[in-house]
Amino acid sequence: MIHFVLLISRQGKVRLTKWYSPYSQKERTKVIRELSGMILTRAPKLCNFVEWRGYKVVYKRYASLYFCMCIDQDDNELEVLEIIHHFVEILDRYFGSVCELDLIFNFHKDSLVEAAKEQASSISNMIAQATK
Amino acid sequence: MNPFSSGTRLRDMIRAIRACKTAAEERAVVRKECASIRASISENDQDYMHRNLAKLMFIHMLGYPTHFGQMECLKLIASPGFPEKRIGYLGLMLLLDERQEVLMLVTNSIKQDLNHTNQYIVGLALCALGNICSAEMARDLAPEVERLLQFRDPNIRKKQAALCTIRIIKKVPDLAENFINAAAALLKEKHHGVLITGAQLCTDMCKVSTEAHEHFRKKCLDGVVKLLRDLANSPYAPEYDISGITDPLLHIRLLRLLYVLGQGDADASDTMNDVLAQVATKTETNKNAGNAILYECVATIMNIEDNGGLRVLAVNILGRFLSSRDNNIRYVALNMLMKAISLDSQAVQRHRATILECVKDPDASIRKRALELVYLLVNESNAKPLTKELVDYLEVSDPEFKGDLTAKICSIVEKFSPEKLWYIDQMVKVLSEAGNYVKDEVWHALIVVITNAPNLHGYTVRALYKAVQKSSEQETLVRVAVWCIGEYGEMLVGNAGMLDVEDPITVTEAEAVDLVETAIKCHTSDLTTQAICLVALLKLSSRYPSCAKRINDIVLHQKGSLVLELQQRAIEFNSIIGKHGKIRSALVERMPVLDEATYSGRRAGSVPAVVSTSLGTQPKMSNGVAKPTSAPLVDLLDLSSDDVQTPSSSGGDFLHDLLGVDLSPASPVSGTNNKAPKNGTDALLDLLSVGAPTAQSSSSMLDMLSSEQDNKRSEGLLDNFASLSTSSAHSSSAVSSSSMMDLLDGFGTSSSVPVAETSGPSYPSVVAFESGSLKVTFNFSKEPGNPQTTTIEAQFVNKSPDIYSNFVFQAAVPKFLQLHLEPASGSTLPASGKGSITQKLKVSNSQHGKKSLVMRVRINYKAKDKDVLEDGQISNFPHGL
Repeated sequence: MIHFVLLISRQGKVRLTKWYSPYSQKERTKVIRELSGMILTRAPKLCNFVEWRGYKVVYKRYASLYFCMCIDQDDNELEVLEIIHHFVEILDRYFGSVCELDLIFNFHKDSLVEAAKEQASSISNMIAQATK
Repeated sequence: MNPFSSGTRLRDMIRAIRACKTAAEERAVVRKECASIRASISENDQDYMHRNLAKLMFIHMLGYPTHFGQMECLKLIASPGFPEKRIGYLGLMLLLDERQEVLMLVTNSIKQDLNHTNQYIVGLALCALGNICSAEMARDLAPEVERLLQFRDPNIRKKQAALCTIRIIKKVPDLAENFINAAAALLKEKHHGVLITGAQLCTDMCKVSTEAHEHFRKKCLDGVVKLLRDLANSPYAPEYDISGITDPLLHIRLLRLLYVLGQGDADASDTMNDVLAQVATKTETNKNAGNAILYECVATIMNIEDNGGLRVLAVNILGRFLSSRDNNIRYVALNMLMKAISLDSQAVQRHRATILECVKDPDASIRKRALELVYLLVNESNAKPLTKELVDYLEVSDPEFKGDLTAKICSIVEKFSPEKLWYIDQMVKVLSEAGNYVKDEVWHALIVVITNAPNLHGYTVRALYKAVQKSSEQETLVRVAVWCIGEYGEMLVGNAGMLDVEDPITVTEAEAVDLVETAIKCHTSDLTTQAICLVALLKLSSRYPSCAKRINDIVLHQKGSLVLELQQRAIEFNSIIGKHGKIRSALVERMPVLDEATYSGRRAGSVPAVVSTSLGTQPKMSNGVAKPTSAPLVDLLDLSSDDVQTPSSSGGDFLHDLLGVDLSPASPVSGTNNKAPKNGTDALLDLLSVGAPTAQSSSSMLDMLSSEQDNKRSEGLLDNFASLSTSSAHSSSAVSSSSMMDLLDGFGTSSSVPVAETSGPSYPSVVAFESGSLKVTFNFSKEPGNPQTTTIEAQFVNKSPDIYSNFVFQAAVPKFLQLHLEPASGSTLPASGKGSITQKLKVSNSQHGKKSLVMRVRINYKAKDKDVLEDGQISNFPHGL
């Protein structure tokens, strides 16, 4: 199960967060700080999975943005990588050549896109959803 | 108009915030915005509410508190328009989580929205519900969701409804039964989105409720298999294609469902075999999607019931993953191999070389995983080469990793060392490289092993000497080396016990003392090391008579140390060296062999050590920790009491033996381990000016002790007594001896042992020993709550016409028993059975139920001015003691 999603810029600023498990405000900031520290310091060649507090965090870097997803121990990490990629492609199609700014200025459109993320399959389907 | 009024568009605000150069500026802007939002809220300005809320959400994401907006969310949700609702729900999901009470208020709105005619609104509501519903809300709204699940409406709603259901089930597992049928129906849908959620739903339901599990297994399994097969075989479909593979996500979900369904069930697993094999072989691996599917497939295969062919296939796939250049794939493969090992370790052994390579990978996660895997792989046959590799790598690894690596190497070495020589070799290497990371127990264990290998003493001490020359900054290495030099100093100098593989080195006494001196003076050595050095110096002063003066100087130097511990030791040792030369050699003889079995047992079970706490020489005590009394003599006495205890209940606090004064039992003949403390206690009594033990009792005690040791040396039927007990002396000297007893803590007897009440199951008394002149009867009793401990009351009756005096009873028991003797009622046995002596013994049987008691006894008495000695073995104890 995906516990949360973070989008962090290279400078450590949070662009988007989505929490699927209950975390209090304090916990959220703490988590963000920890993970930012861990992930931003990793060298590029290293593998995309980190172990953290008993969970696995899968991250992928697109341009200057890190997409991080926290999953359980027994989830398939490669699958999550696929999901991340999928998500990015959708954003790309929706915004047309998306960049970080688009995300910043349009964060309020995220939820509908995200709802489909967990079981995203058809791209056109999702675009249809997102444009509502 | 205020430039920051709610008229500001969202974009502008964002732009303004981003334009701020400093954090203070940003805070100011945010504050202004919040103020204007609050103002507009209180004015109940409806027009721009959604815009305000959007701004509020942005501010929230930046991390500022935004509680005042929550009620607004609710109001927006309740409003009829779609855009407002949308923002309202969005805000709801972002700003609130399921633990807030405010959610209660929303329940009604959501309920109404779920029944709305506008599908999109229904969708919104479902979405929100799916994200943050709490248990109570779930209960309330479950029927609605169920209805929606089965509703024949466009597929998108179903998907969201399914998602919602997943969450509901997670929160309130009881409701799962309601959804079983609906979930099964989902699996028959055409739309992939629905299928995926359906599969996910089924998987989760199986986890939560066994009833669901059964149901799915029976009804849906075939359907799922067919689905998967179709999917795998289907031609290129542009809608679902990801990098050449049709809908990998659906693949994976279905595989996961199969995983759950097949777990523990052989029939189900059979059905799946074909399709799994097909997926495993046909999927392309050059894209991540393909690999993801394969990974899931392998996981499923590992988890379902055994099918040899499939398993082999799976391990092969993993092997291929391992040699891929992509780090992710390797990581994933290592992970899965750890699980595979428990199932089929042979197959994994084949990939040992590759795994070993992974230990050296630059990527930290991979290294960690590989190391754990290697640790699981080690067995008897490959321990040596693997360890060699690991130790070589230890030299080049970086510091964070070294700790882990050392710990693993040490445990491997300990478990699998085929011979002591190799063990010692490896440990010396590890200590030289990474001594500082080695934990205390490890080097303690090393010392235990060293003492247990008498033929290797010479080799060990020389190897350590050489090692310390090279790497003297490793604290632990220095400690072990100094200890060994102290113990086996003469072997070092005399090149004793050479093994074939060694090169001869010549070390003079002076060089050895040099080494210890540097260790003690080095400013980086800590308290433990310096304490060990002092002790070693004491030993060397006796072993190297030529350097005695020099050693004395070094010790004297420490007299002025600021650390209480060192100062105390220095003074004591100085006085030993100076004034008590004749006992010195006795004091510093070899340590008795520390019992490995007890030690490892202790480590495993952390049995509280039988510590004579009067022995306060904890090496790690900092300044100013008080000793019970300040007189060094009494301390010495305590230390020696520990010594006498050493032959009994060994390993008890061998650490204290190690680091305290090594008062090993001395013996008339030197050079072997296990000596009697005859001279030791002699000296003891000299030093003792406390109480006035009568000569009688003292000598008899000594006799006891020495005879006890003789007993020990004559290896009888019972080998390696772990606990020897002697009875204390006669009642006549009870007073002084008891004071002695108090000081000589735990001297095998203790007059303060509470007398066990005779209750509990009774056992018949036996005549333990009978000879022409003496009869010994044992009466047994056990305490009710303590079946392992037996209290024996021994009764001695004199059958001869002579009076026996100086009657002493001794007993010895094998290792698995522990024996305590209490003082006898008297030491004179009247003749011809006119009276008797009774004595209480307490025996603890650690193998209670498996082995019964046996005991060897020896009785000393004086009859007609003649010393008589009788001994025998008692094995007729009642069963069940």
